[in-house]
Amino acid sequence: MKTEDLIAALTADNETKAAPLSRTLALDLGLGFAASIAFFFAFVGLRDTFFISLDQPRFLFKFVFSLTMAASGLVLAWRLARPGANPGRAAKAVLLGPALVILASLVEMAVTPSGLWETRMIGHNALHCLTLIPLMSMAPLVGLFATLRHGAPTDGRRAGAAAALAAAGLSATLYAMNCPDDSPLFLAVWYMIATAIVVVAGWFAGGRLLRW
Amino acid sequence: MRAALAGDNQAYKRLLTALAPFLRKIALRACARTGMSASEVEDAIQETLLAVHLKRHTWDPTQPLAPWLAAIARNKVIDAARRRGRRVETDIAPFEDILAAPDETEILERELDRQEALRLLDQLSPKQREAIEAVSIRGQSLRDAAAALGVKEGALRVSVHRGLKSLAELYRKSS
Repeated sequence: MKTEDLIAALTADNETKAAPLSRTLALDLGLGFAASIAFFFAFVGLRDTFFISLDQPRFLFKFVFSLTMAASGLVLAWRLARPGANPGRAAKAVLLGPALVILASLVEMAVTPSGLWETRMIGHNALHCLTLIPLMSMAPLVGLFATLRHGAPTDGRRAGAAAALAAAGLSATLYAMNCPDDSPLFLAVWYMIATAIVVVAGWFAGGRLLRW
Repeated sequence: MRAALAGDNQAYKRLLTALAPFLRKIALRACARTGMSASEVEDAIQETLLAVHLKRHTWDPTQPLAPWLAAIARNKVIDAARRRGRRVETDIAPFEDILAAPDETEILERELDRQEALRLLDQLSPKQREAIEAVSIRGQSLRDAAAALGVKEGALRVSVHRGLKSLAELYRKSS
């Protein structure tokens, strides 16, 4: 086929419009996160002390941390979804979550006797954390990948990893409502490992699935 | 591009036609480094045009067009070179120069246009191929082509769109 023929065909196809990325994102991520929320309330559930914990700074910090990861991952994935877009400060913002948890851990170590550090770090249910966070991140991650495939990320691995961070952040937000461990030391170890597992998976999956 | 996205097909055609020589320069530059043949260059251009078309909704109209185009071209040219198993180093800067300051490559263009690119059209389903041939090679409008083929305009539009998507997929996989 000659290039000018191709151009004629493309011109004829100009009337077929793709949905804008923002709509795809809202739909795909909404459906994915809704699936995780349904799973959480069906099989995991709020912890018994959820409502009486709402004024405890350690408990609340878990959500600051997880939502920071979710937001920073989402902004970066959104920026990376378009060719030639400059991620700018969004690329550095993903370090905000880990920085927050390290800072909080230092505060925790300053205010708790060193004999308690290890107990708080090990927590009650590290294995739960390591399985549920990756598990509940899957549906939002599939949604974000669908959006990224509709877009055109020129660096699939980075976009995949950013999407994974967002998905893990959302999943951690749900899991934090069940998890009995509130110490930043627990977050710094187990939430971070769980998130890292998802991010590494997103990196590799992005390299394979986000080509266009 | 703004007019094209708003539905002005003539503006879209002018844009794509103007784009082809720039893409050819980019591809030729990469070709000089990697040893792609002339027909492979034409393939890379067509693949890039298809990508620009199928991903045009990812351009943010508040942003300049050149970096967006350059990123797509770079991505596709690297793809094309990688498929041929050669290492290629490209950075975005020379592309933007070319996009910003075009000059003539008309003679080369005419020569290359005569070269038949891979016969990927033959690999499409008969329905999609027929649809694309009608609107491209015979240059008919959607309505005329639909009347000539005896199908509904909407159905033809879908066939053309699917055909172009399959074509992009074939380019991606062709070696």
